[in-house]
Amino acid sequence: MSSDSDDELIETTSDVIPASTKASPTPEKEIELPKFEKGLADKIVEKFGTRIKVAFVKHDRIRIDVGRDDVKEVATFLRDVLNFDHAESVSGVDYPQDKEIEVVYHLGSYTDSSLSRQILVLATRAQREENPIPGNDATKLPSLREIFYSVEFHEREIFEMFGVYFQGHPDNRRLLLPEDWADLPPLRKDFAIKGR
Amino acid sequence: MNNELPPGLALQKVDERIMTLNVGPQHPGSGHMRIIVQIDGDFIVACDPDPGYVHRGEEKMAEYRNYITNIPHLERPVIHDSCNILYPYVLGVEELLGIEVPERAKYIRVIASELNRCVYTMYWLAIYGIFLGHSTMFMWPAGDRELLIDLLEKMTGARVTHAHFVPGGVRNDLPPNFEDVCLRQVNYFEKRIKEYAAIFYDNPILIARTANTGVLSRQDAIRLGTTGSVLRASGVDYDLRKKEPYDVYDELDVHSNVMKEGDSYARSKIPWLDMLESCNIIRQALQKMPKSGSVRVKLKPNPKGKGLDSVYKRVESGRGSLGCYIVSDGKPEPYRLKLSVGSFRNLIALPYLLKGEKLGNMPAVYWSLNYWPVEADR
Repeated sequence: MSSDSDDELIETTSDVIPASTKASPTPEKEIELPKFEKGLADKIVEKFGTRIKVAFVKHDRIRIDVGRDDVKEVATFLRDVLNFDHAESVSGVDYPQDKEIEVVYHLGSYTDSSLSRQILVLATRAQREENPIPGNDATKLPSLREIFYSVEFHEREIFEMFGVYFQGHPDNRRLLLPEDWADLPPLRKDFAIKGR
Repeated sequence: MNNELPPGLALQKVDERIMTLNVGPQHPGSGHMRIIVQIDGDFIVACDPDPGYVHRGEEKMAEYRNYITNIPHLERPVIHDSCNILYPYVLGVEELLGIEVPERAKYIRVIASELNRCVYTMYWLAIYGIFLGHSTMFMWPAGDRELLIDLLEKMTGARVTHAHFVPGGVRNDLPPNFEDVCLRQVNYFEKRIKEYAAIFYDNPILIARTANTGVLSRQDAIRLGTTGSVLRASGVDYDLRKKEPYDVYDELDVHSNVMKEGDSYARSKIPWLDMLESCNIIRQALQKMPKSGSVRVKLKPNPKGKGLDSVYKRVESGRGSLGCYIVSDGKPEPYRLKLSVGSFRNLIALPYLLKGEKLGNMPAVYWSLNYWPVEADR
């Protein structure tokens, strides 16, 4: 069944609030960026200029894309100058069509009360190999463990699930997978679940 | 080290003085996870937590199911706290799809999530009791949590796996007369758990066992990125219900419990204080909740996001901040879903806390981290 025709059919009934019309899309330029978040993003842009890219500024969330060579420097700046003191979450996202794997750090702050609502999203990308040999291929990123101690287990998880080797991480061992796992890193898109 | 073998199977160098001991992975000593400890006599010199025995690949499964069919399996990592583990996911999907939730549904969610927090904490407390050899403390919470399970069963239809939160509200409205029953049960529950102070928290044996063991300083709690009761037991006042209120928490008077000691005793007491606070929140929510109205926005079949988008939402669960990162590429299934759970984040403190501790204190320290192995493994 095609989902498009279903949509039209359902939308005519009365008790449905179509999601697409509720959030009326306003033109990009008219959206006023939240002030505090804009100020933070400006500080980072002021320091690093074109070496980083501010992907979005929303309420309580800022996302910054960084190249893999600059990620440590930017993270140090975020910790020392902007007071982000821990990583809430580190996620990998596989983009086979771009031949890249993205690693996304969600940073937060316990010590600075003005930042307690904020999550700063720091994203960087590693080169992706078609036939991965985890640890021994070009899929490598600098580890942020020296800067944010809290990423230690998160980075270990990404190493086994995506095959991204973190250079400078003291303990690049398996964490969740069995010791003798010999298949592809399972969260890559080309690792398929049986029957799906 | 033998490089031929995979890392976990490699032969270890044997030291005559240091003994390596595998604790787990059987329940209940370590709870489906293994802790490899190296002991020198009675003292732990190194500890290497080895989770993963209950890894279910929730994140991978989520990429194959649409936003609605993801609901029942995503609560499986921690079924005692199923409303709270679904909460950030549901909030995230709502932001992706641009759904506004009815007011009454928001209150129902708060009530369900606070009841669930108590149900989880009671189970955790029961196991903490048995870990310390206090069998009454196993029986009492295990029995008293039935009160709240009954309430949740009336509310959602299931005893533990509720799957009650859906994008756009909650699955069902409250049954008739629920408010009165809920108020009565919660008042009785509060009276019951206050009695735990006399048998457990003021018990000199418990205090001797847990006070000053596994002390986590404020600075280290922040540096290690711990969360929830572990963080608040070390003197950091950070409760997401207050710091980043979601749904209607900003309309309720929430008090976050903080202790300064940072030892196992403080970490075991904070969840209990949180349960008393949950009772207050439930009473407030019952009072302020709109008496009627819609509880769910109906969605189109196969709802999907608008192009490439990502969202990170977090809530305060029974084990601390629970974050959900959803990447959408405009299809009905999430492109990537990541759960950042409190258990996983608190685990990093374990090797740190156990170093130099006596082996006998290991259960007291380990379980005080409010760690749920299945949730950490996802």
